[in-house]
Amino acid sequence: MITKRIIPCLDVRNGRVVKGVNFEGVRDVSSPVELGKFYSDSGADELVFYDITASVEGRALFTDILREVASTIFIPLTVGGGINTLEDFDRVLKCGADKVSVNSGAIRNPNLVYEAAQRYGDQCVVLSADIKRVNGEFRVFAKGGREDTGMEAIEWIKRCVGNGAGEVVVNSIDTDGVKKGFDVEMLRAVCDAVNVPVIASGGAGCVQDFIDLFHQVPDIDAGLAASVFHFGEIAIPDLKRTLSAEGINMRLI
Amino acid sequence: MIAIIDYGVGNLFSLCSSLKSIGAEAVVTPDPAVIRAADRIILPGVGAFADAAEKLRATGLDRVLLEEAANGKKIMGICLGMQMLFEESHEYGIHKGLGLIPGRVVPMAGYIPEGLKIPHIGWNPLILKGESKHPLLKYVNEGDCVYFVHSYFATDTDAVIATAEYGKELTAAVAKGNVMGCQFHPEKSGRVGLNILKAFCEM
Repeated sequence: MITKRIIPCLDVRNGRVVKGVNFEGVRDVSSPVELGKFYSDSGADELVFYDITASVEGRALFTDILREVASTIFIPLTVGGGINTLEDFDRVLKCGADKVSVNSGAIRNPNLVYEAAQRYGDQCVVLSADIKRVNGEFRVFAKGGREDTGMEAIEWIKRCVGNGAGEVVVNSIDTDGVKKGFDVEMLRAVCDAVNVPVIASGGAGCVQDFIDLFHQVPDIDAGLAASVFHFGEIAIPDLKRTLSAEGINMRLI
Repeated sequence: MIAIIDYGVGNLFSLCSSLKSIGAEAVVTPDPAVIRAADRIILPGVGAFADAAEKLRATGLDRVLLEEAANGKKIMGICLGMQMLFEESHEYGIHKGLGLIPGRVVPMAGYIPEGLKIPHIGWNPLILKGESKHPLLKYVNEGDCVYFVHSYFATDTDAVIATAEYGKELTAAVAKGNVMGCQFHPEKSGRVGLNILKAFCEM
């Protein structure tokens, strides 16, 4: 049976990974290629590279790096950040990305998901949504979680999946950075609403949080995290062994 | 040298780099002369069956593949490339494939239990079939995970060398003489996938 996925997310600015500590055997922890390879060798099931560069030069640097990553790491690669047009899809897919994640770009241009899915296939288009509770409802936020769009999140996600998004990353602003566990309630609501893979993001603080995630939201497909991996608080091989011992299907390497 | 058939579908970046990383010499080409001169052929593909099969026919590469298969050349199809080796596909109508492997390609919807997500995306362990391990899978151990992305699967075939369980057992790898294929993506399946490509190069 299909395994649950563990996905580290790497924020990249001007071609360098933004945060992290030194790992044994990794010479340069801010090199996306080296850190990506370290995670891949540790058993990461997929890697997400998030481009947080603002400048045009930085963006070109990102695609150069991506090409290098895709030449050395042979697991699925998802790329996000600054994806606003079909040309952006084309740019990163040509450099070896397998999936492209859209967030604000889809909010600005609601046809983007549909057009990208038509051209590259549903499996290629990942909807990433930043969600926060406002007045008792789930709201979609734009611009890295700074701006309330006023849109109800479950309806938004259903609409994007209807338009061809083949996977959804749910990032709970309410639990993000708190390190007290994933947003089980929000993730359940999304899993109940769509029939494509759903990836949990925001809130992982320890191994137990992943155990709770997969036990309490059995339909969730993957757990994504950044800082707990980058700061060495959770080692992926230990995490996957523990989850496997807990009866959760894992790919062990 | 390996000829990766270029007929205008799919992203070949990872396939090329993965072959390079195991030291295999590969070239992406639409040129029949180059394909004929190569000692191995890979037929890649993502997207819709009808569109891909039509492109293969329009370029005349279907005939090249049939001739080379008859000559005994090792041919491997990947994902949609594997599906095209079969006689026909029932993806939005019935479409003719290359017919190099008996069997047909049918939708997962209606076959696998309801509630399971389609496409089948993710890492799934291989279940090896047959009395002895097929040479393509010589480095693979039972239970090794590989990466799948597909909504249709091959059935009614006697060429299955590995399956994966997704509600039902689904064809994961096939072989008939010198023609073989993987439903999953070896170029995205980490070490296990690279070893399958290596085994293909050593056959």
